[in-house]
Amino acid sequence: MVCRNTGTAMLMLLEAFRDIPFMVSPKHRHDVLHQQFLTAIKSLGVITVVGLFTGMILALQTGLELRRYGQEVYIGSAVTVVMLREMGPFMTGLIIAASVGSAIAAQIGTMTVSEEISALEVMSIPPARYLVTPRLVAMITMMPLVTVYTNIIGVVGGAIVGQTQLGVSMTAYMDNATQFAANKDLYVGLLKSVLFGIIIATVACHQGFSAKQGAVGVGLATRRTVVVSFLIILTVGYMVTRLFYQ
Amino acid sequence: MIRFEKVSKKLGGRVVLDEIDYEIRKNETFVIVGASGAGKSVSLKHMVRLLTPDSGRVMIGDDCVSEARGQELDRMRNRFGFLFQSAALLQWLSVGDNVGLPLRMKTNKRIEEIDELVREKLEMVNLGDAFDKQPAELSGGMRKRVGLARAIITDPEIILYDEPTSGLDPVTSRTIDRLIDRLREDLGVTSVVVTHDLHSALAIGTRIAMLHDGKIVEVSTPEQFVKSENEIVRGFLEAQYITTRGEWEDSETS
Ligand SMILES: Nc1ncnc2c1ncn2[C@@H]1O[C@H](COP(=O)(O)OP(=O)(O)O)[C@@H](O)[C@H]1O
Ligand SMILES: [Mg+2]
Repeated sequence: MVCRNTGTAMLMLLEAFRDIPFMVSPKHRHDVLHQQFLTAIKSLGVITVVGLFTGMILALQTGLELRRYGQEVYIGSAVTVVMLREMGPFMTGLIIAASVGSAIAAQIGTMTVSEEISALEVMSIPPARYLVTPRLVAMITMMPLVTVYTNIIGVVGGAIVGQTQLGVSMTAYMDNATQFAANKDLYVGLLKSVLFGIIIATVACHQGFSAKQGAVGVGLATRRTVVVSFLIILTVGYMVTRLFYQ
Repeated sequence: MIRFEKVSKKLGGRVVLDEIDYEIRKNETFVIVGASGAGKSVSLKHMVRLLTPDSGRVMIGDDCVSEARGQELDRMRNRFGFLFQSAALLQWLSVGDNVGLPLRMKTNKRIEEIDELVREKLEMVNLGDAFDKQPAELSGGMRKRVGLARAIITDPEIILYDEPTSGLDPVTSRTIDRLIDRLREDLGVTSVVVTHDLHSALAIGTRIAMLHDGKIVEVSTPEQFVKSENEIVRGFLEAQYITTRGEWEDSETS
């Protein structure tokens, strides 16, 4: 069951990748832009709050520990490195999966149960090309952008806690951050965000296409999208970290 | 043109089609009637391979659609237009974009050309002013007419209509009937129409088939159909107050 689902999802993903040139051509670009807009804009509010508090929590936790050794200023690098490598892409992935991924599954699921997918098939418009490719492109391009935004907000959150709770000035915080955070941290994080984007688009579309008749079927597809995306994001996140830092 | 050869199909544990055997000829309007759940939609879906028979074959001309795959299947499907029972419009596209979608995705036509063709087809279904509307703003009957415009946008040689007039007012229903007739007479289109509406069936059908319990219980011309001795057909006729040939003629001339 799991194997077969993975197989069909992979085939769908390959087909969607193959059709990227077609769907980004001027005549069809509109569909892609629309999806990019939805992906980036829909969750910006939540992302801001989550990013801010993630940075603040990281700063507070590490800051209190470091204060015992008089090294509070190191929260600059601690927050920045952890945001870039792990928490930025991770938090962004979870939120986008829960908001955009579930919306994709609900939309495609509704189309599946209301004969709209059948209509596309009869018109010999491949559903993977028309529905998956724009969402995949949107995820691949927007996830890194939103992740960078999350990172920035998180670092700012850390700085605020540093200034108000730990007596670390903004300049000291930023000096410390830029001294220790490497480009590699940013790149590994962005790689993760791209992978997470592919995971979310694939799981959401595949669950949508597999939705069974009725509103219950659509609800189930939505729920599965969130749970399955979370699990795969966690696993893949660990594996990428393992690959680049050991 | 379209031939069912001993087609059987089981769905949800029930035999929906039981060794169905019939042929639809070129340039006819073949009407399928029958109670709800008789398998009318299931029959239509077999013609474009949205469903595959458990046994038997569905032939389109000399091609076997029930075994085709890939590009071969696409080529066969491109000969069809399909009006779904639920219209099956894409909810996030405007009416104009819905109707033009097949042209945009499958041809090299420019957007302006496509829009012009779309307007032309919308005129044909009396929806000339709906181009920029969203499907959610339309009534069920209007949605169905948009679905019809989309089905004919590629000028297909075979059009399948799943209950084209259900949910439509009588006047609009007759407009759709005339459109179906005109497509056959002017453009030589072959049509298969699934309907509950016997008046419509008798008016536009060149032949009428009655589906009951997974079997075709009657295939005949409208004239023969109203005189049928078959008990199931009689029951169906009487339920729609068509009891004798005389009365049907009355309703036709009035
Ligand atoms: N995808 C499906 N899965 C299970 N049962 C189905 C499916 N599609 C249709 N059926 C069943 O097949 C029968 C015929 O359906 P249908 O062809 O839609 O009837 P109608 O003649 O009203 O169009 C019904 O009993 C329906 O419940
Ligand atoms: Mg039906």
